[in-house]
Amino acid sequence: MDTLNLLMGGFESALTPVNLLFAFAGVVLGTAVGVLPGIGPAMAVALLLPLTFGMETSSALIMFAGIYYGGMYGGSTTSILLNTPGESATVITAIEGHKMAKAGRASQALATAAIGSFVAGTIGTALLVTVTPIVVKFAVSLGAPSYFAIMVLSLVTVTAVLGSSKIRGFAALGLGLAIGLIGMDPVSGQKRLTFGFAPLIDGIDIVVVAVAIFAIGEALWIAAHLRRTPAHTIPVGTPWMGKEDWKRSWKPWLRGTAFGFPFGALPAGGAEVPTFLSYVTEKKLSKHPEEFGHGAIEGVAGPEAANNASAAGTLTPMLALGLPTNATAAVMLAFLTMKGIQPGPFLFENEPDLVWALIASLFIGNTLLLLINLPLAPLWAKLLKIPRPYLYAGILFFATLGAFSVNMQVADLWILLLIGLLGFALRRFGLPVLPLILGVIIGPMAEEQLRKTFQLSSGSASGIWSEPLAVGIYVLIAVLLLLPVLIRFIRRSRGVNTTVADQVLGEAPEQPKHKAGVAYEGRSDEERNDS
Amino acid sequence: MTIVVGYIPSEEGEVALSRAIEEAKQKNSRLIVVNSSKGDQLVDDRLIDAKQHHELEARLTHTGLDFWIQRQSQGIDAADQILHVAEAQRAELIVIGLRKRTAMGKFIMGSVAQRVLLQAGCPVLSLKAKNDW
Repeated sequence: MDTLNLLMGGFESALTPVNLLFAFAGVVLGTAVGVLPGIGPAMAVALLLPLTFGMETSSALIMFAGIYYGGMYGGSTTSILLNTPGESATVITAIEGHKMAKAGRASQALATAAIGSFVAGTIGTALLVTVTPIVVKFAVSLGAPSYFAIMVLSLVTVTAVLGSSKIRGFAALGLGLAIGLIGMDPVSGQKRLTFGFAPLIDGIDIVVVAVAIFAIGEALWIAAHLRRTPAHTIPVGTPWMGKEDWKRSWKPWLRGTAFGFPFGALPAGGAEVPTFLSYVTEKKLSKHPEEFGHGAIEGVAGPEAANNASAAGTLTPMLALGLPTNATAAVMLAFLTMKGIQPGPFLFENEPDLVWALIASLFIGNTLLLLINLPLAPLWAKLLKIPRPYLYAGILFFATLGAFSVNMQVADLWILLLIGLLGFALRRFGLPVLPLILGVIIGPMAEEQLRKTFQLSSGSASGIWSEPLAVGIYVLIAVLLLLPVLIRFIRRSRGVNTTVADQVLGEAPEQPKHKAGVAYEGRSDEERNDS
Repeated sequence: MTIVVGYIPSEEGEVALSRAIEEAKQKNSRLIVVNSSKGDQLVDDRLIDAKQHHELEARLTHTGLDFWIQRQSQGIDAADQILHVAEAQRAELIVIGLRKRTAMGKFIMGSVAQRVLLQAGCPVLSLKAKNDW
């Protein structure tokens, strides 16, 4: 009852004309950046950070939430029409979605994706409302050692379990943690990694890092690969679904939601695993297994729902624990810190208006997204005709402006350029960006908890494992790290191929895709390359 | 002798192409069809795809002309491409289609036709999709 009252209060503040306007701006912008491959919601939020200095915190957060959800909707459009997944979460959607589009069923694919996203997003947000307060109740009782352990867990899982290569993941994480260390030591006031360069004493502003990695790095990367043979427009009517499509879609939506939310809510996060699991399940349960690989509507409905439910789930650790598990949540958290709001379990207690307005705005944004996506899909597809030099020139301009406006110092521009080059190098050498940005954001938070732990245990290292929960989490981390190695070892000795655990913990995201389409071994990849 | 025609799959492009075929038949010259995209857009309907290329080829073969299709998927600017081919082949005539552009549109996007008209070293025949009167 209490929760419901708070939620109603949230709706009250989210439904003011100004906040509605921001929610609308957010979803429109989010869909646009989602549609354009290469520009994700994380980049959009990072670019908008400096604009929010003068804004009400709740309005800005409502806009960011709209961008976050909108990006998920928009990504599916590009996947279906162009076979170019805008982000990893929509890779699976492209497999069946693009086949449907090629077979002239683009409008049905877009409709099932949009409606499925709406259903999953709404259920996911409702689950968020029920689960998060419980997690918070549990989280406030956590001591510094357990807290530190949870942060280590989320860093390790995001880096080791989700990425394509552990070494690359940890390299990126190391870089992120190193950037996070720059500046004054919070306890002793010692200067770290400043190299006698005065502007570094305050540390590198998170806005600068986020803008550099997401905007500058990506723009340089695109500039290096500017040209590609353009595709042809696939004609899209207004999305609609026949009776048969509804009948085949609603179960995958619900199952996808059931997969997506828990995976999103885990501190490990990520939408890749649930979308993949949903695809495999739909393929197994489908009454038309022969259609898979040729454009089965279940293969779009399930993963698309899973992806949006996991987006809602991701907000659980972010709001309850202050732990972001994807790039957009990380930048949103950076925004809260910038506004002087302490993320973590006390967020619900200290800023209830803000949190509940945000959650209410998720419901509103979801509905707005359905309204603007269903009838306007052909219009969104037109965005793909924008010549990319114009687009990236604009992004670079706003990135520079944004980074400068944070502290109004020229040194920030040099740092921006340097970290931007680092972002380019990351992409060039296949290092994932997510561990780096999480390292920059979670690193200092984890350090604070670690220092607290040591202060409590008066400097003895045993303080780290002084709480039972912390010990349990370290065991879990060890299991997570060792399990794939163990499975590979067992498999080699037995010669058995796929196990569920291997699919869940599968190192290479490409690898399971082959397994998913055994009948069409490698064909989906070939097709992706030639279009 | 050679005739160069700038072709895009649109009403204007079709008009230019059929006129160029007529001219080439009359003068018994070689016909070069230029179709190009800079490749900086993700979706570009002006570039002919494999199917359209094939159909175009069949259509030109049917006319009995000596022809060549120059298709550039990641090329230079369309105007430069046309001028470049025309100069290399010492073309006697360039045929292009014109479409309506607002002043603002021309300011932002430039005009391929205008550049061909001004910079070509040979006569340029420019056609509109429909006669206005």
